[in-house]
Amino acid sequence: MSGETDRDLADQDLLVKIRGLHFSRGSRVIFEDLDLDIRRGSVTAVMGPSGTGKTTLLKLITGQLHPDAGTIEVDGEDVLRLDKAGLYRLRRRMGMLFQSGALLTDLSVFENVAYPLREHTDLSPSMLRKLVLLKLEAVGLRGARDLMPSELSGGMARRVALARAIVLDPMMILYDEPFTGQDPISMGMLVTLIRQLNDASRMTSILVSHDVRETTRIADFLYLISQGRVIAQGTPQEIALDASESVRQFMDGLPDGPVHFHYPAPPLAEDLSAQGRKR
Amino acid sequence: MRFEAFAVLGRGVLGALERLGRAHLLLFAILAGSGEVLRHPRLLFEQIYNVGVLSLLIVGVSGLFVGMVLGLQGYYVLAQFGAAESLGIMVAASLVRELGPVVAALLVAGRAGSALTAEIGLMKATEQLAGLEMMAVDPIRRILAPRFYGGVVAMPLLAAIFSAVGVLGGYFVGVGLLGVDDGAYWNQMQAKVDFQEDIVNGVIKSLVFGVAITWVALFQGYDTVPTSEGVSRSTTRSVVHSALLVLGLDFVLTALMFGG
Amino acid sequence: MGKRHTIEVTVGAFVVLGVVALFFLAMQVSNLSQASSGDGYHLTARFSNIGSLKVRSPVTMAGVRIGRVESIGFDKTRYEALVTMRIDAGIDSIPEDTFANIFTAGLLGEQYIGLEPGGSPDFLRDGDEIANTQSALLLEQMIGQFLFKKAGESG
Repeated sequence: MSGETDRDLADQDLLVKIRGLHFSRGSRVIFEDLDLDIRRGSVTAVMGPSGTGKTTLLKLITGQLHPDAGTIEVDGEDVLRLDKAGLYRLRRRMGMLFQSGALLTDLSVFENVAYPLREHTDLSPSMLRKLVLLKLEAVGLRGARDLMPSELSGGMARRVALARAIVLDPMMILYDEPFTGQDPISMGMLVTLIRQLNDASRMTSILVSHDVRETTRIADFLYLISQGRVIAQGTPQEIALDASESVRQFMDGLPDGPVHFHYPAPPLAEDLSAQGRKR
Repeated sequence: MRFEAFAVLGRGVLGALERLGRAHLLLFAILAGSGEVLRHPRLLFEQIYNVGVLSLLIVGVSGLFVGMVLGLQGYYVLAQFGAAESLGIMVAASLVRELGPVVAALLVAGRAGSALTAEIGLMKATEQLAGLEMMAVDPIRRILAPRFYGGVVAMPLLAAIFSAVGVLGGYFVGVGLLGVDDGAYWNQMQAKVDFQEDIVNGVIKSLVFGVAITWVALFQGYDTVPTSEGVSRSTTRSVVHSALLVLGLDFVLTALMFGG
Repeated sequence: MGKRHTIEVTVGAFVVLGVVALFFLAMQVSNLSQASSGDGYHLTARFSNIGSLKVRSPVTMAGVRIGRVESIGFDKTRYEALVTMRIDAGIDSIPEDTFANIFTAGLLGEQYIGLEPGGSPDFLRDGDEIANTQSALLLEQMIGQFLFKKAGESG
C-alpha cells in the first residue's frame, strides 16, 4: 500500500514520462524501446551522436510526430490520445526553441515576441507591450525590438526566439541544439540564460545537444542515447565516472571506439582492385 | 528487367496518387479553416494585396498588348472578307471567353503562384511553420487559408481587368489606327457578346483557375522538401503544374459551357 | 501602421478597379444594357419557315430595333414555327394589320424580324398574334427556283 503511494508521488514529480517508445522512418529504426523521464523543475539534457533522433524525440514529446508504439505522458496527459484542440492547449504550456530560431521573417522582433500573446490572450496594448519588453529585457535584447529577423545575428535570433518561447510563461521549455553554430560569447550567454530561466520560474527544461562541455555545465540530469536506446543516464558527475566504452567515446570525443570512424565498407584492397566495376 | 520497368511505373503512379491525396487533405483543411479568414479580414487583405495588387501591372500591360495584337490580326483577317466592322466582336469575345481568364491565370501563376510556393516552402525550411505549431497556432488556418482566399478573390478581378484593358487596346488599334467605325466596334460587340453566356462564364472560369493556381502553389510549398534545393524545385513545379492545370481545366470548362 | 494603411488603400483601389472592369464588360461589351428592359409586351407570329432566326435576334421597324425574339417554338398541329417577341414598352402603337417578315442582314448575315406597319386604327396588345407573316427566304430555294426558271425559259 505504502509502496503504491510512493510511486504515485514519484509519478507526480515527473513532468514527462516516456515508456517503450518505438519510432522508425521508413526502414530506419530511430528509437527502439526507449524509456525516459523528465523531473519537474530540472534541466534534463538528452545527448547523443548526430543522427540519433534527438530532435525527433522533441517532436514526439510535443506531438508533432507520432510513434509506432509506446506512450508519452506530459503533465499527466497522454500526448498520443489528445485531439488537435487538446494538443494545442497543451502546447500553450510548452515553449520550444528551434535550431534556426524559427522567427517569422515578416514581423519585427517585438511583433515576433508579441505573437503568441496576440494569438492566445486578450491583453490590452499597454499590458502586452510591458510583457514583451520584460521578456526581451530578460534575454538582453530590449534595444533590438524594432529590428527585423534578417538584421539579427544567429545568437541574437536564438535569444529572441527564447523570449518568444517564454512569453506565455510555459511550464516546460524544449531546446533543440541551442549551442550549435554559436560563437563562444553567445554560447556563454545562452548557457547562463537557460539556467537562469529554469531557476527563476521553476520551469522544466529539456535540452537536446551534442556539445558535451556546455551541456554538462548546466544539466541536472543526463541521458545518453545511441542507436535508439538509452546507453547511460545520471547526473553529470555519475556520467563522468561511467567507464563503459561507448559512454567514454562520446563524452571524451575519441575518434574510434564502439562507433567506428569508417562507415561500413568492404576491405579497402578489395574495393581498389575492383577497377570501377559495378558491384 | 521487364518487371523492373513495371515496378518503376508502379512506384511513380503510387507516388503521384499519394501526393494527390495529400493535396486534397490540405484543401479540405484549408476549407475547414475558412472561419479564421472571416475573423481576421486583415490577413485576407494582405493576401489580396500580394496576389492582386502586385500582379496588377503585369496583367494590365499584358492585357493591353494582347488586345492590340487581336485588333491588328483580327483586322487583317476580317478585312479580307469585308467584315472589318465585326472586329469588336472578335476582340471582345476572344478576350472575355478565353484569353482574359487563361492568360491572366498564367501570368498570376508565374507572378504570384511561384511567390506563394517559395514563401510557404521557405517558412517550412526555416521551421517557421513548425514554430507556429509549437505556439499552438495552426499554420493552415493562419498562413495558408488567407493566401488561398486572397488568390481566389483576386483572380476574377484580374481577369476582368485584363479583358477590359484588352478591349480598349483593340479599340485603340482598330478604331484609332486602322479606321474601323467607332459605332460599329461597340455595337457589333454589344449585339453578339452575351452577358450570361460570355461574361458570367468567363468569371466562373477565372474563379476556377484562381482556386487551381493557389491550391497548387500552396500545396507545393507546404509539401516541399525542406531544403533550399527542395524549395527551388517546388517553385518550378508549382508554375509548371498550375499552368498545365489551367489549360486542361480551360478545355474542360469550355466544352461544358460552350459545347452544348 | 503606415504600411498597413497603404495596403488597405491599395487593396480597396484594386477591388474597385476590378469591379469597374467587370461593370465595363457587362454594360459596354455585352448585351446586358439592352437586355435589361424587363418591361414591354409580347407578340406572337407564326412562320412556315424561320430560316436561321434565333432567340435574341432583333425585331425592327423601319430599321430601328424595337424588340427581340424571346422564344421560338414549334406548333405541331400546324407544322409552323411559333415565334414570341418582346416589344419595348414605349412602342405601343403597332397596327393590327402589321406585316412580319424575316429578313437577312446582308447576303449571308444574321436573320431578323422586320415589321411593316399596316393602316389599321386598332393597335396590337400584349399576347396578340401578328396574322400576316412572310417566311425567311432560303438561299438554296432561291437558287433552285432561279435555275428552274432558267431551264424553263431555254426549253
